Amino acid sequence: MEYVIEMLNIRKEFPGIVANDNITLQVKKGEIHALLGENGAGKSTLMNVLFGLYQPERGEIRVNGKKVNITDPNVANNLGIGMVHQHFMLVDKFSVTENIILGSEPSKAGRINMRDAIKQVRQLSEQYGLRVDPEAKISDISVGMQQRVEILKTLYRGADILIFDEPTAVLTPQEIKELIEIMKTLIKEGKSIILITHKLKEIMEVCDRVTVIRKGVGIGTVNVSDTNPNELASLMVGRDVVFKTDKTEANPAASVLDIKDLVIKDTRGVAAINGLSLEVRAGEIVGIAGVDGNGQTELIEAIAGLKKAESGTISLNQKEIQNLKPRRITESGLGHIPQDRHKHGLVLDFPIGENMVLQTYYKKPYSKNGILNYKNIYQKAKTLIKDYDVRTPTEYTLARALSGGNQQKAIIGREVDRDPDLLIAAQPTRGLDVGAIEFVHKRLIEQRDRGKGVLLISFELDEVLNVSDRIAVIYEGKIVAIVDPKQTTEQELGLLMAGSTVTRKEGEHSNV
Amino acid sequence: MSKRLINILVPVVSVLLGLIAGTIIMLVSGYNPIEGFSALFYGMFGEVFYTGETIRQVTPYILSGLAVAFAFRTGLFNIGVEGQVLVGWLASVWVGLAFDLPKVIHLPLAIIAAAAAGALWGFIPGFLKARFRVHEVIVSIMMNYIALHVTNNIIRTVLSKNSDRTPDVPKSALLKSPFLEAHTDFSRLHWGFLIALAGAFLMWFILEKTVKGYELRSVGFNHHASEYAGMNVNRNIILSMVISGAFAGVAGSMEGLGTFGYASIKGGFTGIGFDGIAVALLGGNTSVGIILSAILFGGLKVGALNMPLETGIPTELVDIIIALIIFFIASSYIIRWAITRFNKKGVK
Repeated sequence: MEYVIEMLNIRKEFPGIVANDNITLQVKKGEIHALLGENGAGKSTLMNVLFGLYQPERGEIRVNGKKVNITDPNVANNLGIGMVHQHFMLVDKFSVTENIILGSEPSKAGRINMRDAIKQVRQLSEQYGLRVDPEAKISDISVGMQQRVEILKTLYRGADILIFDEPTAVLTPQEIKELIEIMKTLIKEGKSIILITHKLKEIMEVCDRVTVIRKGVGIGTVNVSDTNPNELASLMVGRDVVFKTDKTEANPAASVLDIKDLVIKDTRGVAAINGLSLEVRAGEIVGIAGVDGNGQTELIEAIAGLKKAESGTISLNQKEIQNLKPRRITESGLGHIPQDRHKHGLVLDFPIGENMVLQTYYKKPYSKNGILNYKNIYQKAKTLIKDYDVRTPTEYTLARALSGGNQQKAIIGREVDRDPDLLIAAQPTRGLDVGAIEFVHKRLIEQRDRGKGVLLISFELDEVLNVSDRIAVIYEGKIVAIVDPKQTTEQELGLLMAGSTVTRKEGEHSNV
Repeated sequence: MSKRLINILVPVVSVLLGLIAGTIIMLVSGYNPIEGFSALFYGMFGEVFYTGETIRQVTPYILSGLAVAFAFRTGLFNIGVEGQVLVGWLASVWVGLAFDLPKVIHLPLAIIAAAAAGALWGFIPGFLKARFRVHEVIVSIMMNYIALHVTNNIIRTVLSKNSDRTPDVPKSALLKSPFLEAHTDFSRLHWGFLIALAGAFLMWFILEKTVKGYELRSVGFNHHASEYAGMNVNRNIILSMVISGAFAGVAGSMEGLGTFGYASIKGGFTGIGFDGIAVALLGGNTSVGIILSAILFGGLKVGALNMPLETGIPTELVDIIIALIIFFIASSYIIRWAITRFNKKGVK
């Protein structure tokens, strides 16, 4: 009776693949249990089995020691299992309370008793320290608060075991801290939590035990206190993972990208980029560090020709490109790994193969006289899929069906293969697991070593510090400092990013 | 379930449901459903005359279906096919009347004029969408009314002296064929069905085989990514509406140069354009699907004429039965949507 949830030797097959093979997961009452695995390792499948969305081919599930048959999510709800989905299932136009009671409204003669519902939601919210306004509209509240609404939804339905599916993927660092506090409160109140994640830092911080799965197979369960991030990473990936990316000294040559006094107005007419100057030379990686919303997006879009520059110049290979059409800029040597791969990087309803020629389809050998040559397109796609280790059943599979990491690898393959003189990598590792992150970083450094310029924009300080040769700090649409990653610290960067120039000035004074 | 199986199963089930609903209606109103339906099917294909009439009716349906589907495949909803049909009809007749040319030039010219008129009518909502983000549904609906009354006025004042129809188009611009008529017991079958089939091939070819088609589909699925990749999204929106309108315009010429050989004042819409929406959706917006669903729509429309004659079922009831069959077929789009939604969830 020690375990609240036991999933024993679970096997789940899909046509052509075994998503879960002999996985055992045992969760103790009152613990935070991490489920760790790479993108596509089978974590979500296992949780969907527990939540009743899939039926396992083999294995059994026990809740509080009793064997159960979870045929659909309602059964799971009744057993006290609740799921906080990665992509929120909320009605934007409804209030918090309306969303929470949706499907189990307290009603009398067909009328919903809103007063009671609001009271109940408020009480739950206070009990677990969730700080949610029951009467606010979903569309008006932050992503972090929407997630808390999802948590309340499960609590309202009487969940004792909460599954969190990659809960921190969409949150800011501050919100992550709050979420961790909330999880701790939930445990104190007697709940148990399964945390699906591939972020090792979080596991080390909040979890008690961790079960690792790799390529659909259960690797085992370890106590977090007995392990370390390196061991977890190698358990997950199946080989040793290097966190510190190896690279030689940069050997920068001529300037590839030269931005001078750039001004860009945002949709409201306010200057989002306000007199920014920046240089990227061939053979170096320049990292841009900054808090989200300080003009990073506008800067990338202006370089790519998607946003109008009000004044100033952008030169690519010594030729001015500001306000040219995106295609002209692409053809003059720009590669771009966009921030939002679903929105800007891929046509999800195209086969992955057709996505591989999204910028080159009109050129030989992919087309001739306006007629596409599918043979050449798919041949190219096949090569890229192999070279960049994109895991997809075939090159004809829709891009939508691939996991996030593999979609990202496909984009990187496409962009790097065009051999651009300047590669913009915006948040290139968002949502990727350590193995894929390592892969992406290696490719960026490879491009640099081949004498290309790389502009890296990331909100992860680790990444900027680790990969860049120079770091440019952006604050309120300007580059406020350029620092050497070997001589700076996270603290110093943090201060610069927050607009403080004190440390730098002091340093300058002491040098004089 | 495989995708192909679903694609076949869904329309078959929905047609069956429609027939069952029709049966119930006939039983309730005291008519023999077996007699009723056999009259319906006899009226579609029972005699060569009916077959000829059915094919004639199918011809504009294929083209208007293609018009809707082409826009749909590129992410646009062209509700203005009806108006584009009307201007195409008028343009083809106008060119037919205005020139005296040998047939090899005159007939193609009249059809091209129809395509151009439809394209212009499609260009306007396309341009407004691309330039000012005005929704194409609103503009194209309004363009239907403009088309209806403008064409009526031109017929009354320019192409005739206050009459309610134009003179007959000379033979050199007609699709009519004495040969086809003679072999179908003097139905109004004309050569237009070849043009419709060529149109279906053309749509498939443009969308699937050409660079432009790749761009159009890409913009339809995700215009953000297309813009990032350097495609000109606005130009593609306009182009899509123009090509869509051209298909619709040619559909109009099928009536103007084939079925009727003239243009007449209309009290209301022809229905070819609106039915085209259903034809396209039922056909899954693919060329082959559209041909099949156009046959069904055209067949029902022609076959229904025979029901009151043979069985005494009143025309109003026939209309309800036909509407029910189409209703269930139209809901197949919902069924298909539901099935694919369900399947997608299952795969995740």
